[in-house]
Amino acid sequence: MNLQSDDFELFGLEQRFEQDRAVLDARWKDLQREAHPDKFTAQGAAAQRVAMQWSVRINEAYQRLKNPLKRAAYLCELHGAPVNAENNTAMPTSFLMQQMQWREELDEADGAEDLAQISRQCRQAERETLLEIERLLDQSHDYTAAVAQVRALMFIERFVADVNERLDKLEI
Amino acid sequence: MALLQISEPGQTPNPHERRIAIGIDLGTTHSLVASVRNGVSECLPDAQGRVILPSVVRYLEGGGRQIGDDAVAGGVGDPENTVASVKRFMGRSLKDVALAAKLPYQFVDHPGMLGIQTVQGEKSPVEVSAEILATLRYRAEDTFNADLFGAVITVPAYFDDAQRQATKDAAQLAGLNVLRLINEPTAAAIAYGLDNASEGTYAIYDLGGGTFDISILKLTQGVFEVVATGGDSALGGDDYDHALTDWVLAQTGTVVVNATDKAALKAAARACKEALTDAESATFFAPLSEAQINFDVKRTDFEATTQSLTARTLQAVRKALRDAKLAADEIKGVVMVGGSTRMPQIQNAVAQFFGQPPLTNLNPDEVVALGAAIQANQLAGNNPGGDLLLLDVIPLSLGIETMGGLAERIVLRNETIPTAKAQDFTTYIDGQTALALHVVQGERDLVADCRSLARFELRGIPPMAAGAARIRVTFTVDADGLLSVSAREQGSGVEAQIAVKPSYGLGDEQIARMLADSFNTAEADMQARAVTEARVDADRMVLATVSALAADGDLLDDAQRTDIDRLMQAVQAARTLDDAKAIEAITLALAKGTEAFAALRMNRGIRQALAGKNIATI
Repeated sequence: MNLQSDDFELFGLEQRFEQDRAVLDARWKDLQREAHPDKFTAQGAAAQRVAMQWSVRINEAYQRLKNPLKRAAYLCELHGAPVNAENNTAMPTSFLMQQMQWREELDEADGAEDLAQISRQCRQAERETLLEIERLLDQSHDYTAAVAQVRALMFIERFVADVNERLDKLEI
Repeated sequence: MALLQISEPGQTPNPHERRIAIGIDLGTTHSLVASVRNGVSECLPDAQGRVILPSVVRYLEGGGRQIGDDAVAGGVGDPENTVASVKRFMGRSLKDVALAAKLPYQFVDHPGMLGIQTVQGEKSPVEVSAEILATLRYRAEDTFNADLFGAVITVPAYFDDAQRQATKDAAQLAGLNVLRLINEPTAAAIAYGLDNASEGTYAIYDLGGGTFDISILKLTQGVFEVVATGGDSALGGDDYDHALTDWVLAQTGTVVVNATDKAALKAAARACKEALTDAESATFFAPLSEAQINFDVKRTDFEATTQSLTARTLQAVRKALRDAKLAADEIKGVVMVGGSTRMPQIQNAVAQFFGQPPLTNLNPDEVVALGAAIQANQLAGNNPGGDLLLLDVIPLSLGIETMGGLAERIVLRNETIPTAKAQDFTTYIDGQTALALHVVQGERDLVADCRSLARFELRGIPPMAAGAARIRVTFTVDADGLLSVSAREQGSGVEAQIAVKPSYGLGDEQIARMLADSFNTAEADMQARAVTEARVDADRMVLATVSALAADGDLLDDAQRTDIDRLMQAVQAARTLDDAKAIEAITLALAKGTEAFAALRMNRGIRQALAGKNIATI
C-alpha cells in the first residue's frame, strides 16, 4: 500500500463497479482517522506533510469511488479503455436525437410540474444506463462497450444538472 | 510572565505531559477563550471574572490601547479611535463593506484590505484583531501560569480564503501557535457533545454579530462530517441594529451625520433589540448632540423591519439543504449558535422551517469557544484515546480565470478538505513563454463577480507552437481551508508556486513591521522572543520525534536510527545557543531527516486501519 495504489486497493475493496455505499463511507472515515493531519498536529512538520498527502489522496479516491459515473470511468481507465471525454464526443444518432428532444422539452417547460416530469424521465434513463454499465463492467468485463455507456451517462448527468438548476431557481 | 521550564541537557520532559491548548472564538461583537480542564471544557474569565471580551480596541492619543470593556467605556466620546466589529473588515477592501458610510471610522482604501486611520496612525484589521487575540492569550497564560502549546481559532464557515488568511496572520501576530482554524458551526456541534449523545444529521444555524453560517453535519461515532455549508459573511446582528436604527430615524424624521451620534445610535439600537427579546415593546433612547430620541418600538415593528434579513438566512439554509440533497424534515436536530439567535423572530422562523423547536440548551455565546477548546485539547495530543475527527469542507468554489473573463472552477464548494486538484492549461500564441494565472473564489461564472484571490505568472516556458505546452495547475487546500497554488509546465518542468497571500497586500515584511510596532518595540526584545520561539519549536520537534520512535522505532534499521538520534542530539545541543536562525536551521534538519520515517509510520497506520476492518468484516 502506498500513495500510488489504485483507489480500490487503497480502500481495501474489490475492483468492481457495484459497491455498498455504507461500506465505502465507513472505510473512508476509518482511513481518515489514521491519516488526517489533525492526528499529527503535535508531531512536527514532517509528519504533517505526510499526513496531508495521504489525507488528500484518500479524499480523492473517495470522491471517485462514491460517484457512480466517476467510478465507472475510472474502472474503464484501469482496464486500458480511457473515456477521453474531451476528445471523443461521437455518439449514436438515436441518442443525440433523444437528447435534443429533452433539451426542447426543457426550453418549453413552464412551471414546476413540467420540470418534475422531465426530471423523472431523465432519472429513469440515468438508472437504466447505470444498470447497463454495471452489467458490462462486472459481468461481461467489456470495457470498450462500457466506455460508450459512460459517455452517454455524462450527457444525461449534465442534463440532470441543468434541470436541477431550473428547479433551484423556482424555489427561491 | 510565566516561567519557562528548562530541562537538563540531553533530557526532554515527558512527552505525555499535558500541554496547554486553548480555543478562541474571535467574534464580531465579542470574543472568548476556553480550555479543557479536568476533562471539562470551560470559558476562562479575566481577573474581574468576566468571560466575554467585547471585540473592541481603542487607540489612545500618545500611545497605549484599551481593549474590551475598557475600550467600550472609554470609546463613547471617541468613536473614531474605537474600533468595533473589526471582523467585518478582515480580508476586505472598502468596496466590500456595505455599511461603511454608517460607521464612524476614517477608512483608508487599499486594493486587498482596507485600513482604519486612528490617532496612532493607520491600523490594519489584522493588527486590531491581533490585539484582541493577544489579550485572550495573556488571560490564558495567567490562568495556567504556563506557556501555551497552541490555539484553535474559529472562523465563520463561509469565510473565504482572504478572510481565513487574515485571521491566521492576526493569530501569528499575537504570538499564538495556530493548531488549526476551524469553522464556528463545526465547533458548536462538538460542544453540543453530539458526538457521544447522538448520531444522525444536524443543522447548525449560526447568526453572530456580523456573519451568518449554516452547516449540515452528519455524525457517526465521533466523526463530524460536514455535508454542506453556506451562509453570508456580511449578515449578522449588526444588520438588525442598523435596520432598526434606520426605521426609527425615518419614523422620527431625524438626520444624523457626526461620528459620536452614529455611535450613540448603535448603542441605542442594540439595547432596544435586546430588550425586545423578553418584552413586547421597548424604548429606543439615544442622546444625540442636537436633540434626543426617545421612541417606543413594538416587537412587531422590529420584526417587520428586519423580516427581509431573516428571510435571507432561510434562503441560505435552503441552498445548503439542496447541496446536501436533504429535505428539511430529514434533519434530526437544529443547533442555535450566536447571540443573535436569542431574537424570538429567529427562533420562530427556524422552528417553522424545520418543523421542530431548535436546541438552545447551551449558552449560544459560549458554545463556539467551548467546542474549539475540545478540538484544541485533542490536537495537542492530550486525549490520545479520543476518537473525535472533523471532516470539514471548503465553503466556496475555487477557480481560475480563462479567456473571456470566465471563471473555470477547479475545486468545487462543499468538497472535503484537505484536497488537491489539478487542471491542465495550454498557451494560445506561438512562442508564448509566460502564462498569467488569476485565482478566484466564488460560484459565479464571470471572474468579475468572484473574489480575486491572487495573480501570479509562470515564466520560462520553452517557446512552442500555440497549444503545445501542457501547464498543470494544482490547487491544494489544507485542513485550515487555506489555498496554495502551484503551476508546472509538464515538458520542461518549469515551476511556479505561491501561497495565496499577496492578494490582500499583507506581505511577510508588513507583518514583521506590525510585530515590531505593536508588541515588542525594542530590538533586544524582538531577538529574545525569536530565540524563545525557536527553542519552543525545537523542543516540540524533539518531543514529537521521541514519541514517534517510542511507538514505531522498530520500522527503522540501525543506520536510519543512528541518523535520527544524531539529528536529535544536534538539536538539543543547539537549543542553548542565543541564535534563533541557527536553532531554526537545525530543527529544520531534524524535520527533513525524519520525513521518510513519518512516511513509514503513516503506511503502517493505514495498513492497520484496513487490516482491522477486514478482520471485522470477514
